[in-house]
Amino acid sequence: MKVGRERRRTLVCQELVEVITDYLEGALSPGDRARFETHLAGCELCDRYVEQFRRTILQAGRLRAQDLPDALAAELLDAFRGWRG
Amino acid sequence: MAFSRLRPASGPAPDGDRDSWSTVQARLVSLRSGDESAFLALVSEHGPWMLRLARRRALSEAIAEEIVQESWVAVLRGLDSFEGRSSLRTWIFSIVTHISSAQFNKEIRSVPFSAYGTEIAGPSLEAGRFQNASHPEPGSWLTPPPAWDESPEQSLTTHEAQRTIGSAIEKLPPAQREVISLRDVEGWSATEVCNALGITETNQRVLLHRARSRVRLELETYFGAEASG
Ligand SMILES: [Zn+2]
Repeated sequence: MKVGRERRRTLVCQELVEVITDYLEGALSPGDRARFETHLAGCELCDRYVEQFRRTILQAGRLRAQDLPDALAAELLDAFRGWRG
Repeated sequence: MAFSRLRPASGPAPDGDRDSWSTVQARLVSLRSGDESAFLALVSEHGPWMLRLARRRALSEAIAEEIVQESWVAVLRGLDSFEGRSSLRTWIFSIVTHISSAQFNKEIRSVPFSAYGTEIAGPSLEAGRFQNASHPEPGSWLTPPPAWDESPEQSLTTHEAQRTIGSAIEKLPPAQREVISLRDVEGWSATEVCNALGITETNQRVLLHRARSRVRLELETYFGAEASG
């Protein structure tokens, strides 16, 4: 039956949360991508989950903002002077 | 030197690295002439991620810094033979990995290669958060994600929230920690991460997804505790 097949082809919330990275990486097939987006458009909770997921990724990138300890940088410069000398 | 075997394998250079081959060559010329500012530029670009990588391996901060120092010595020695077939940072990654295991074997925890294949089983969010088969809509949310109501004090950008993310990443199983650190913290491309770790695109994505799901969950707990306390 068409209805039954349609239902099976629908993405449920539990499946959606497993494929978010695949979606973000462009690794879903066009059909799955459409199912993902359709579900998201009609499900506030999954939309919230995906938004939190995105923000988690974004914030993880802020951990990058770190400098080398000065003492270590100084030792590396010493090593460089030794290397060329 | 043992570094000849660390020379990048042949093949097209992966995307995602800002250093084009000619840029690397130009820098190499400056470095050979003893240009300290060229060296410091290289150190400020690659030093911080090398230290974070070394910290993920080393059992102490002192060892992490030693690994970085020894790795830089090796980078300087090896630059002449760097052929630009992999990205510069993928190449440096292989040097740090080699130095860690060759010179600091007893003072590191390495990521067993098998972890990249075994840490991918199971759901990334526990089944108990969803309706089971007896529900009219199985697989829909039972325990939905609570909204993150952020006051300025509990915003994602605060030091505390950042610490939560950092410690969530530290607590991850080693392969997941490695992948999320390189992808989301360092901002490497999927291709570079696959090349550096020697894993498939599919495994990389599964590990990354599990890691991200775990870190998001820790933030959910963090915001939940903030809201109720
Ligand atoms: Zn949903």
